[in-house]
Formats: sequence, structure tokens, C-alpha cells
Amino acid sequence: MIRTRALTKDFEVSRTRTVHAVRGISLDVAPGELVAVLGPNGAGKTTTLRMLTTLVPPTSGTAEVAGYDVVARPDAVRAAIGYVGQGGAGGASQLVRDELVTQGEIYGLDRRTARGRAGDLLEALDLTEQADRKVESLSGGQKRRLDVAIGLVHEPSLLFLDEPSTGLDPHNRANLWDHILRMRTAAAQPMTIVLTTHYLDEADTFAERVIVVDHGRVIADDTADALKAELAGDLVTLRVGHQDAAALAALAERAPGTRTVRVEAGAGQSAVAIRTADGPGATPGLLRAADAAGLAVSRVDVARPTLDDVFLGLTGRSLRETAATPDGPGARVEPAGTTTEKKEVLA
Amino acid sequence: MSAATLTPARVLPRRSFLRDTRIVLFRELQPVVRDPFSLVFGLVQPLVFLGLFGPLLAGSAGGTLGGDVWLWFVPAVLAMTTLFGTSVTGSNLQIDLSSGVHERMLVTPLSRPAQLVGRALKEMVPVVVQSAIVLVVMLPFGLRPDPLGAALTLAQLAVLGIGVGSLSYALALAVRKQEWMFWVVQQTVLFPVMLLSGMLLPLETGPAWMRAVSSVNPLRYVVDSGRAAFTGDVLSSTVAWGWVAALATALVGLTVGVRAMVRSAD
Repeated sequence: MIRTRALTKDFEVSRTRTVHAVRGISLDVAPGELVAVLGPNGAGKTTTLRMLTTLVPPTSGTAEVAGYDVVARPDAVRAAIGYVGQGGAGGASQLVRDELVTQGEIYGLDRRTARGRAGDLLEALDLTEQADRKVESLSGGQKRRLDVAIGLVHEPSLLFLDEPSTGLDPHNRANLWDHILRMRTAAAQPMTIVLTTHYLDEADTFAERVIVVDHGRVIADDTADALKAELAGDLVTLRVGHQDAAALAALAERAPGTRTVRVEAGAGQSAVAIRTADGPGATPGLLRAADAAGLAVSRVDVARPTLDDVFLGLTGRSLRETAATPDGPGARVEPAGTTTEKKEVLA
Repeated sequence: MSAATLTPARVLPRRSFLRDTRIVLFRELQPVVRDPFSLVFGLVQPLVFLGLFGPLLAGSAGGTLGGDVWLWFVPAVLAMTTLFGTSVTGSNLQIDLSSGVHERMLVTPLSRPAQLVGRALKEMVPVVVQSAIVLVVMLPFGLRPDPLGAALTLAQLAVLGIGVGSLSYALALAVRKQEWMFWVVQQTVLFPVMLLSGMLLPLETGPAWMRAVSSVNPLRYVVDSGRAAFTGDVLSSTVAWGWVAALATALVGLTVGVRAMVRSAD
């Protein structure tokens, strides 16, 4: 459904400065996939999406979307795809129903068919009551559902969603996703969906495949579970007295499956944080070894990783606060400056 | 409620520029048709000029204008209404640029030139409706224009409105990265164009340089044409030059506007 090779986009900010927003993205998306493109602000997610939707031409590389080259046949790509951008798609002074009918006509439906289609979509997206109201009078959640309806009028086989739930509260976000997933399975052939997001849980919960983008490159591409297992691992945190922390950390370093160990001095006690492939499996062994060495562990936490841990493991930065440096003392996580090599390997 | 009952969409592969233009035009007209009262707000300014400037003009310059002051001033006020109304229309596009409406249209197969032409054609509707209201309002005050001349003037102003509206859209697209620039440019251009058209006071009494500058101002020819047509002089060369100026403005406006629209995704 999507096939890009070495796709790049440069923006000339001034005569002397060029921003390399996208630096060689090659990816394949098969029909029916639900893919999330995850990354911090400025990672190149939206620029990539704008190239795939024919809004901006690539600087170099190729992209085929729905079987057509985005540069050679933008018209054919546009006819095939649906797009829900970051901004509201409905005109403020237009009526909700009118916008859907107009959109249907734009895609070549005659007026009667477009009216029928609009009615169906209003019902499917729970907007029937708002059909004859002005778009400006809708709530945030209703507006977003209208945006999705507008993107679905022509039953595209491929739908792009650019930050679909930004600005929505958790309830509305869940509701929007309910609708999107229902529309996806209601289609004759399962619709392919590509979304960008910086909400970790959104990518985690809904996407079947997560593509992590940073500095204009793909740095990881797999299912959320596989990414978490391979790139982050579980986090086992053991609390001990300050005097025992170094010994426990050394012991944990030698334990099977351990990836990184870091020690954080807290009030009264230290926390030894151990990244390991299998947290629940490693914990009994760790405790037995601590006991044998005479180290008194007072508390154990085992946490499954999040996609943020994946991003942290890949880049040394957290997605939540991409400016912060989370490296504590004793951390084996590479500092941001040395991540380039790793990225190349993973890309 | 089941989403499985959706009507199958029938997508026609062939596109027509006229059909696309009609879709854009109808979409732009829908809010106007539903809420025609919005056009009345555009009438406040011309009515202020007619009510508060007209009597002054009659008192001070009435002698030099010769004949009926209303036949001289009302065509100018119609041109002013057209100029003010259509030169701000780019701000509607600015709203669509900052929301996702414009982007949504760019991702559809809708022809980009049609997205500009449809919007520009819509400008005719407020121009004609507002001008007609001004004419009706002025009838009780003794305005008696030649009916054919008045109708032709409205048509000419509609053509002018397409051009000025297109230029306003082109401006909105050109300054989309610094939105405030729109009003700076619009205001900076608007008032010289208005004063150098001889709209408010006759240029004949002004200095020679002003008359020279005004000779390249298309609005001046449209204003003169309206004045000639209102007195029934519909076949005069003055009216013909008015048509030339209005059509040239429309042609230039549409060309510039379409170019700006085609490049508007960058």
C-alpha cells in the first residue's frame, strides 16, 4: 500500500541554513496494516506524512502510495487516499451535513449518492444530531469525528491520520478510536491506516506496528510488544540501604538477562534499577543472590516497559521530555551524542 | 447504527474543471444563502458615506460637478463597496489556511485552479446584492439612474469584484507565513487606489501629477464608466474603457491568484 525508498525532505530556512526534516526513510506498509509513526516533535513524522499525501514533493527518493508515485501521479494518489490532518477540516460557518455532501461531490459522487453517504457517516460517527448545525458550534470531540467522517466519505483504502487525538480528553480519545476501529473493519476490505502520534499509549494500544522516527530517520520498526522486549526490557527496582547499593548493583550486573543497571540514591534508601529481558523471571534469582550476599532488600518493583522506555533505550532521551537527559549515575544508557551509530544499524 | 450498512461509494475517474469550480462556488455560497443578513453588514460603510459625505459633497462641490450629485456619487459608492468588500475576502481564506480546511482541499483531487476560480466567482454575489440594495435605498432620495446603465454597471462591478477578490486571495496565500502582513498590505493599497480613482472628489480639480497617476488606476475607469452609464450614456467610450479595466483586473487577478493557489502547499 505504501512503499518509500530513501525518501528525504530538506527545507531551506535561509540561504545558509537547510533543515533536513526527513533524512532517508524507506518503509513498506502492506494492505490492511494499522501503523503508528511515533516520535518527538520535529522528528519528521508530519513532513513524511505530507509527502505521502502529495502535499509537499520529496527532495529525493521515491514514494509509491496506493500503487502510484506521489510525484508522477499525485491526482491518482489523492483520489485513493483519505486524510485527516492536524487542523479541523470543517469550515466554521458550514453545516456539518453540507461539508460531508461537498466532500462526496469532490470525489465524484452525484449529489444524491453524496447525501446518502453523508447520512450514513453521520450515523456511524454519532453526529446525526449535529447534522444541521454549524461546524463552529461543535465540541472538540464532535469536530474531530467530523474530520474523520470527511476523510472517509469516498471509502479510501488507505487513511492517514495526523495526530488524530491531540487536544482531546481521554474519554473523547477513546470514543474517537472506537469509531475509527469500527469504520476500519466495516469497510469491504480492511482499511490501511497510518497515523502519527506523540501519545505513547495511543501507539501502544491501537497500532499493530510502531515505526519510531527521530531526527528524520526510522530508528525502530516492529510491533509494540517486540520493540519493548527487544529494546527496553522490564524494569526491576530493588530498594536497599545506601551502604549495600554498590554491592547489589555489581551483583545485578552479573545476573543473566541484565542489560543496564543504575543506582539512584533516595531518602534513607537507594534504588537499584535493573533493565532485564524478563523481569518476573529474573527477580527470584536476584533476591536469592542478594540474600546470600547478606544484602537486605526491603522492596521490589517489577514494571513492564512502555514505548517511552523503548525510545529512551534507542536515543538516550525520553519522548515525554525530549530535552531532558534521564541518565542517572551508573547508567549504561548511551548519551545522546553517541546514538548515531546505533540508529544507522537499526534503520 | 451499524457501520456495515454504508452506501458503496461510486468514484468517477474523470474530472472537469467546470464541475470542480461549481463545487467550490456552491460551497462558498452556502453560508451566504443561509444567512443573507450577513451581507447587510457590508452596507454600513457605503450608507455612512452616502448619508454623511453625500450632503457635504452636494454643498461644497455640487456646483463643479454639474447636474445631479447623486448620479455622480452613487456609482462611486458602489465601486467603493465592491473594493472594500472584495479586498478583504482573503481573510476568509486565511481562516481556512490556519484551520485544516485548505489542507483538506489540497489533499482531494479537486483542481487547484478551480479552488481559486470558484472562490473568486462567489465575490460577484455580495457585490451585486449590496449594490442593488444601495440603489433601492437611494431611490426615495431622488436617485434616478438610467435602468440599463445601472444594470450594466452592476455587471461591470461584479467582474471587477472577481479581479479584486482574486488579488485578495493571492495576497492571503502569499503572506500565509506572516498573517498580519495581509492587513498591512491591504490597507496600504486600498486607500491610495480609492482616492486616486476620483471616487470621493473629482480628480479634475486635483494637481496634474494626481491625474497622471490615476490614469493607470483601473478603478478610475470603472468609476467613470459607472457615472456615464448612470446618466444613460451606455454606448460611450468611457463605458467601454470601464469594461476594459474591469476585465483586465479580473484577468490579472485570476492569473496571479491561480498561480498562488497552485503553489499554496509549499
